[in-house]
Amino acid sequence: MLYAVLCYNDENAVSTWTKEEDDACMARLAVVEDSMKSKGKMGPVARLLPTTSATTLRKTSGEPLIIDGPFAETKEQFLGFYLADCDSLDEAIAFAKELIKANPSGGGYEIRPVGIFHPSELG
Amino acid sequence: MVDNAWIAAALMAARPQALSALLRYFRNLDAAEEAFQEASLRAVRTWPVKGPPRDTVAWLIFVGRNSGIDAVRKVKNNVALPPEEHLSDLDDAEVDIAERLDGAHYRDDILRLLFVCCHPDLPANQQIALALRVVAGLPLRQIARAFLVSEVAMEQRITRAKARIAANTVPFDPPDAEGRLERLGVVAVMIYLVFNEGYSRGHSDPDAALLCDEAIRLGRLLQRLFPSEPEVMGLVALLLLQHARHRARVDGEGQIVLLEDQDRSLWDGPMLAEGRALVEKALRHQEPGTYQVQAAIAAQHARARRAEDTDWGAIDRLYQTLEVIQPSPVVTLNRAVAVSKAYGPAAALALIAPLGDKLDSYFHYHGVRGGLLLQLGDTSGAREEFNRAIALAGSPAEAAHIRLHLDRLAAQPALPPASAIK
Repeated sequence: MLYAVLCYNDENAVSTWTKEEDDACMARLAVVEDSMKSKGKMGPVARLLPTTSATTLRKTSGEPLIIDGPFAETKEQFLGFYLADCDSLDEAIAFAKELIKANPSGGGYEIRPVGIFHPSELG
Repeated sequence: MVDNAWIAAALMAARPQALSALLRYFRNLDAAEEAFQEASLRAVRTWPVKGPPRDTVAWLIFVGRNSGIDAVRKVKNNVALPPEEHLSDLDDAEVDIAERLDGAHYRDDILRLLFVCCHPDLPANQQIALALRVVAGLPLRQIARAFLVSEVAMEQRITRAKARIAANTVPFDPPDAEGRLERLGVVAVMIYLVFNEGYSRGHSDPDAALLCDEAIRLGRLLQRLFPSEPEVMGLVALLLLQHARHRARVDGEGQIVLLEDQDRSLWDGPMLAEGRALVEKALRHQEPGTYQVQAAIAAQHARARRAEDTDWGAIDRLYQTLEVIQPSPVVTLNRAVAVSKAYGPAAALALIAPLGDKLDSYFHYHGVRGGLLLQLGDTSGAREEFNRAIALAGSPAEAAHIRLHLDRLAAQPALPPASAIK
C-alpha cells in the first residue's frame, strides 16, 4: 500500500526563513528521507513553489475559468496530484483543461510549479 | 510546545499585518510600533507556556491594542488586559478580530503602512530605510550595515523620516479603487528600490543580499494582497530572476562576472523556476508593463542552459516592447547588446549612434560602444571609448572590468572580440 504524505505549513512563516534556516530544515528532512530510501521505500518527492506562483482552473459550463493563485474551497479536499513536464504555463493549462474535460465532477485543478523533485526509489 | 525559533518566525510573519492594523487604530507610527513590541514581548512569555494562539495575528492585534490603550490612556471605556496566564484563552476576541481582518480591510491596512513609508516628502533612501525598519522589522544594526552608515546615523535618518510623516497628514481612509492602484505603483517602486540598493551593492558587500531577500519578501506580501495584478507578478518575477544569479555574478576576487561568462550551475534553480512561472502567469493577462517585460527578458536568459543558447532575437523584441512602454536612451542602449548578438555589431552601433548627446557622460554607453568597435576591428576607436568609460566608472569593480579590456587590447591588438559589456 502506498501512502501519500502531504506537507502543510504556514507559508507566511516559512517564507520568512533565511536561506540557512531553509537549508537546515531540508537537511533534517533529507535524513528522514534517506532512511526510507535505504529500504527502497521512497516514492517521488516534490516541493512545490509558493502559492503565489499558482494558477487554478475551475470547471464551468463553458470554457474553464482560469484564476491566479490557489483558491481551494474548504468543502473540497486535496485528492491527488499529477506531475507533468511542461515547457510553459500555457502547456500546463492545456493539460489541465483536458483533465477538466475528462473529469465528470466539479472541482478544479491547481497548477503549481515544482521547486524540488526527487524521482521514485520504488521499483 | 513551541520553540523560540518558531515564535520568532511567527512574529516576523505577523508583523506587517498586525502592525498595519495597529497603525489604523492608533494613527501614529510610534504608538503602533510600541504596541506591537509589547504584544511581541507578551507572546514570547506566554506562548511557550500556554501554546500558540489559533490566530497569531489576531492575538497580537488584540494584545497590542489593549496594551497601547493602557499606555496612552487616550480612550475611555478602557478594556484592561487579562492576566498573562489567560492571554491565550482569548478565543472569542481572536475570532472576532480575525473575522474583521478578512478581505479588503486588511489589505488596505498593509497598503497604508507601506504607503506611509513611501511618503512623497521623503527622499528615496529614507523611504527604503523606513520600510525595512517598520514593515520588515529589520534591526537597526542590520539596516545601518547594509547602507554602510553608523547605527547612530541610521537612527537619526529614521527618526527624521518619522517626524516628517507625523508633521504631515497621512490619509487614513481606505483608498478607493483608483487610489489603491496609484499606491500600488508607489509601493512597487519602493520595493524595487530596496532590491536595487542590495543588488548594486552586491559586488563588494555580502550583507547587501539581505536587502534583496527583504525586497522579495515584501514583493510576495504585495502579491498575496493583489494576486491578480500582472505588474506585481512581474515585479516579484524580476527580483527572483535577478537574485537567483547573485552567487555567479562576482568571482573570488570580487570582480563582476558578465552574464555570458557566469557559471550557470551556480544559479538558484527553484528561484529561477518560480520567476519564470510568475512571468508566464503575468503575460497571460496581456497588460504589459515595465516590470513584466524586464522580467520576461531575464526569463529568456534564465531558460538558456548555455550562454550561446540565448534567444537574442526574442530579447531584442522584448526590448522593443520596453521602448514603447518606457522609452529611454538607456533602454535602447541595453537593446543594442541584444541587437549586436542577433544581427551583428554594425547594426547595434547604428542603433545607438543617435544617443551620443544624451548618454555622453554615461559609463555603460562608452563601454558598449568600445565593445562593439572592438568586434568590428576598430582597436583605436575601442581604446578611446574604453578610456572614456574608465573615467566615468562608478565603482572600482566597473573600472577594473574596463581595464581588463584595455589590457587585452594592449597585449594583443588583434584579439578576437571580447564579450559585450552589460
